[in-house]
Amino acid sequence: MNYEFDFSFLATHWRALVDGTLLTLRMSVTTIVLGFAFGVALAVARTQGGPFLRKAVVFYVEVLRNTPLVVQAFWLFFGLAALQIRVPALAAAVIALVINVSAYTAEIVRAGIESIPRGQMEAASCLGMSRWKVLRLVVLPQAVERMYPALISQFILMMLATSIMSQISAEELTAAGYSIQSDTFRGFEIYLVIAVIYLVLSWFLRLTMGGLANLAFARRRRLKTTL
Amino acid sequence: MLGISFDQIGFILEGMGWTLVLSLMGFVGGALAGLPIALALSRGGRLLRSVTGAYVQLIQGIPLPVIMFLCFFGISIAGFDLPSLVAAGLAMTAYASAYLGEIWKGCIQAVPRTQWEAAECLALRPLQRVVHVILPQAVRIAIAPTVGFLVQIVKNSSYAVVIGFFDLTYSARVVNNSTFKPFVVFTLAALLYFAICYPLSSLAYRLEKRLGRR
Repeated sequence: MNYEFDFSFLATHWRALVDGTLLTLRMSVTTIVLGFAFGVALAVARTQGGPFLRKAVVFYVEVLRNTPLVVQAFWLFFGLAALQIRVPALAAAVIALVINVSAYTAEIVRAGIESIPRGQMEAASCLGMSRWKVLRLVVLPQAVERMYPALISQFILMMLATSIMSQISAEELTAAGYSIQSDTFRGFEIYLVIAVIYLVLSWFLRLTMGGLANLAFARRRRLKTTL
Repeated sequence: MLGISFDQIGFILEGMGWTLVLSLMGFVGGALAGLPIALALSRGGRLLRSVTGAYVQLIQGIPLPVIMFLCFFGISIAGFDLPSLVAAGLAMTAYASAYLGEIWKGCIQAVPRTQWEAAECLALRPLQRVVHVILPQAVRIAIAPTVGFLVQIVKNSSYAVVIGFFDLTYSARVVNNSTFKPFVVFTLAALLYFAICYPLSSLAYRLEKRLGRR
């Protein structure tokens, strides 16, 4: 094996890599925000809703957690095209990711909600709080506080999963790699660089979200312990 | 029927067969590499621990499609001309070994410390301690999360589509390209994945409950 590594594409194609990285980051942040909101709503519906709503949420979550993201994205992307609905690839990608990550978020937040002792909810309603207020002021903050490490891990996995959206022609980092490789035929070196960029992105996201959680949950920081 | 022919359904089922083959390769390879990783992470010296820890962090920080590409191009620049099944299998092995290593590390650590000490007092050699005392207990703890991870392996084997590996996702896409019935084709593909994954998910859930009760 005498293969000469050639990273000269970095000098000529760095723009495509930077653009791809920024797009991956933008997709990830959008998906995290929307997916978190949607997932919390689903978790509330699952734990507080009537029997029909609960069954519907269970169905939604189980279908999404037991089928691959790629198939979900293809279903949505080609399905919308078949219905003659024109959606940019990027929007379709974000919709598919939000739907997918909301199912996982819902399960994590539900576990958090169910871990809050019943006595707290009873105490809060004895104080005259409405059901909505109990949820918003007592249950959800604690549920998220308990579950945020799991949520952060899930969001990192989601960021890594954005790479598959190159398959529905969203121009993110992996897609940028593919177009550089068809230009320069340096597939291995390109994906080595891209792997490093993803590593940096996942460390960056983990640090940022961990820092935000530290700001949001001052109690946890002061106690220096898990709840 | 619904705009796709029996031949096309057969084609998709053939792809499903290859999804199962790739998943099996990923699991077997991942288990063979994952066990030493788990032992190194839980019992190794400082150097061994940090090396395997770095490997796990590395694999878990890179998307599986990118690992697929690296294996695919890596094999070709090493001068081999192998089918994409090999590249996909290699990538799945690397992926599964990192996650199984971490899952099993937790299971080994869940065996009480005193078991190690008792085994040592019985004058068992280090390997005997692991094989006869620790692993049998760790395996029981490990079954539920391992079955749960099988679901991830089956689902994520679909990422092999990026290197053109012929699996369930790929065959569905080919059929969709020729029929353009995306809802029929991808609903069928999703149902087939669901048929593999859902029983595994609920088995993992039941096993976890049963272990929790003891």
